[in-house]
Amino acid sequence: MAKKHVSTTINGDEHEFLCHPQQTLLDVLRDELDLTGSKEGCATGDCGACSVLLDGRLVCSCLVLGVEAQDKNVETIEGMSSGSDLHPLQKKFIDLAALQCGICTPGVLVAAKALLARNANPSEEEVRFWLAGNLCRCTGYDKIVRAVMEVAAEARNTQ
Amino acid sequence: MNDMTQTHLERELKIVGTRPERPDGVDKVTGRALFGADKSLPNMLVGRVLRSPHAHAKIISIDTSKAEALKGVKAVVTREDFEDLPSEFVPNGEMVVNFKDITRNIMAREKVLYIGHTVAAVAALDAEIAEKALQLIDVQYEILPHVLEISEAEKPDAPLLHEDMFTIGVNPTPKNASNIAKRVEFGFGDVEAGFKEADLVIEREFNTKPVHQGYIEPHACLASVSEDGQAELWCSTQGPFVVRNFCTKLLGMNRSQLRVTASEIGGGFGGKTVVYLEPLALALSKKSCRPVKMVMSRAEVLTSSGPTSGANVWVKIGVKNTGEITAGECVLKYQAGAFQGAPVGPGAMCAFAPYDLKNVRAVGFDIVVNQPKVAAYRAPGGPISEYGVESVLDEIALQLNMDPIDLRLKNAAKEGTTAPYGPKLGPIGMVETLEAAKAHPHYSAPLGPNQARGIASGFWFNIGGETSSSITINEDGTVGLTLGTPDIGGSRASMAMMASEELGIPMNVIKPIIGDTNSLGFNFVTGGSRATFSTGKTVVQSTRAAIDELKKRAALLWDVDVEQVEWADGHARLVGADEPKSLSLAQLAKEAGKTGGPIVANASINATGAGPSLATHIVDVEVDKETGKVSVVRYTAIQDAGKAIHPSYVEGQMQGGAVQGIGWALNEEYIFNEAGEMQNTGFLDYRVPVCSDVPMIDTVIIEVPNPNHPYGVRGVGETPIIPPLAAISNAVSRATNLRFNELPLSPPKVLSRIAKG
Repeated sequence: MAKKHVSTTINGDEHEFLCHPQQTLLDVLRDELDLTGSKEGCATGDCGACSVLLDGRLVCSCLVLGVEAQDKNVETIEGMSSGSDLHPLQKKFIDLAALQCGICTPGVLVAAKALLARNANPSEEEVRFWLAGNLCRCTGYDKIVRAVMEVAAEARNTQ
Repeated sequence: MNDMTQTHLERELKIVGTRPERPDGVDKVTGRALFGADKSLPNMLVGRVLRSPHAHAKIISIDTSKAEALKGVKAVVTREDFEDLPSEFVPNGEMVVNFKDITRNIMAREKVLYIGHTVAAVAALDAEIAEKALQLIDVQYEILPHVLEISEAEKPDAPLLHEDMFTIGVNPTPKNASNIAKRVEFGFGDVEAGFKEADLVIEREFNTKPVHQGYIEPHACLASVSEDGQAELWCSTQGPFVVRNFCTKLLGMNRSQLRVTASEIGGGFGGKTVVYLEPLALALSKKSCRPVKMVMSRAEVLTSSGPTSGANVWVKIGVKNTGEITAGECVLKYQAGAFQGAPVGPGAMCAFAPYDLKNVRAVGFDIVVNQPKVAAYRAPGGPISEYGVESVLDEIALQLNMDPIDLRLKNAAKEGTTAPYGPKLGPIGMVETLEAAKAHPHYSAPLGPNQARGIASGFWFNIGGETSSSITINEDGTVGLTLGTPDIGGSRASMAMMASEELGIPMNVIKPIIGDTNSLGFNFVTGGSRATFSTGKTVVQSTRAAIDELKKRAALLWDVDVEQVEWADGHARLVGADEPKSLSLAQLAKEAGKTGGPIVANASINATGAGPSLATHIVDVEVDKETGKVSVVRYTAIQDAGKAIHPSYVEGQMQGGAVQGIGWALNEEYIFNEAGEMQNTGFLDYRVPVCSDVPMIDTVIIEVPNPNHPYGVRGVGETPIIPPLAAISNAVSRATNLRFNELPLSPPKVLSRIAKG
């Protein structure tokens, strides 16, 4: 089948790409645009390693077609820091050792950012249920949950 | 709670034991770090694998002509492309491998032995073409009866996976072939006499299912073989040197022809210590003379890599009314998958190792079945056997009306105890972890309705092995470290910290990298909890050699004897002179050209003296008797680390291991249909713990230094997966007043046990 032309915005920059109609957004990001920060752990929407924001909504990019990005705003892990300033979540994950191998980390960070955008004061239970779609096999989640809650608390204190 | 560290090490340290940022932290939170599937090359092809649809069948013929004729297909490989290799057993850490089997596992030869067994591989311009080509390969099979369970496989009339397999370890060697590859036995004393001395003897049988390591990153590699036979391989692995040695052997190459570079690794837990795609990608690249990238799907990871053994475990323990164990005996039957090599040896060695016993016997059987070949999984073999022993001990404690920690303290192994597998133990922290557990507020906290508390201990010996690393003093006094064990969970940080401590310079001017297979001598894998221990030893040794060289350079500049120079806080200092003199590392580095050239040191060793790490875990569960659901409501992991170089990453190992153990205990299992086909080949049904399944995991790090490491390191990665199985099972048993002897404790199984009463 012929490739489709797609115009979209990724991390604030306008992009155009050609993709097969059946190609996932994850494959487009990784294979066509060299944005390999989003990872494929399952390709079935179960692990969350490919989490991105699509017009502000948290999605598994392996369950979204590349053509669905037309006229949308895509945010990936590559757009999380600004210049040399890491996002507070990124800093806190390093400070608290909330990552070991790091393969789930991009997806977890994107998902956590989406949580804090809609809930500035999440309980531990809310953090755990929000991140239940992001599998981590290394950390046992303890330090991830602590990092997200600390960032939320610090953001509230500085407001 | 995460800061609780009990230390027994007498040495003032500035960096070791603190919690600095890891050197690769920014790369990993920005998406910059490159994992196995993240690299591509110009002119690259995509590789795909044809897998067996049958659990057991003879391969009559393979016709690849139609696939080869498909436009866009550049290479097809089958059994014809790999030389047969004779039987040769090679130790691979805690596991043993046989090249005759490896070559048959990466590409089926005479028979397919499990659903998912590789039959052919294709390289094409894109994935769509490659997948179309797979469908054009015509394989004729003669289907054979298969066997999935130990109870069937061990029968004399069971279908045979290998007609030339005769049980090793029984005298005389049997005349008939069987699926029992080997028998092992460890122990000493007279168990029969010991049981006669006992006031109480309990024997129980346990069953566990195969479980997968469950790393989130599927196996992935990128191979490029040029026209002159020089090859490059990029892959996600725990051991690039092992990959090089396996692949060159399988492909008939010299080791110098293949350079392996380890990508960042997205989890391994033992499962990335062997090869699957790597030799296929190399063979396809060799045939096509183009780079070939191969990545497994999640279903392929589950059906065709890993897992660890399902098992049948029988345990008998005798005690006096005082709680003193008079004898312990176990028989372990572990599934190996399609080729021998279940981790039953280490399982048998560790089963009773937390305890000081006079009479002990552990017998193990390694049994092949038509399932994927098992691979190492975090403390391979240990969780299964110790689950049985720790469960029986809990029942004994209940029957003696004794505190389960007191029962263990009464029998705890100590320095000087003879381990069931032979040697006398050095200093170990069993007693310390038990005492810390008893003193922990968790142990005396009140419980809610339908809740109960379980405890269990765990022993793992840890390993050393061949290791090589190097240090380079840069011209400005900064430092490069080249390491040969991939950083799977923060080891770059611990290595840089040890070098920083030795040199007396800030950690952030030390850059640790993982070298490729051309940059260092052979390194065994990151596995066996050996990286911080073994690579740490080489880092300290090479750093001290560099310091010796720096002192020589200072002596040259001052025109004094080297004995008059000492090293402290990043400076060479002249001692015993009228006028104090000192030169910083940066000054010495700047002058290196005039004093003999660049300053570099390497340390290459076969590390010995790994220290066993012991743990005790406390868990509170709540059992919903209507649904059978078990919730973990509180968890505390206590472990002897020897010395925690970077406590955050030690805690991380303890927390991650505990949660993997929770998954093993409560949810995870391979489910096969009658045809031998795995029914739960995705994360939806093969359910590893998710964030909302678990509570915070409190940790207490105990530090009983290992005398065989300059900072006392034992290695901590594996032990924490051992106690959770029994701790949770014991808690569920206490919550329901029923004994549970089967894992996983998934809702239907718990419900049916409650119904049975």
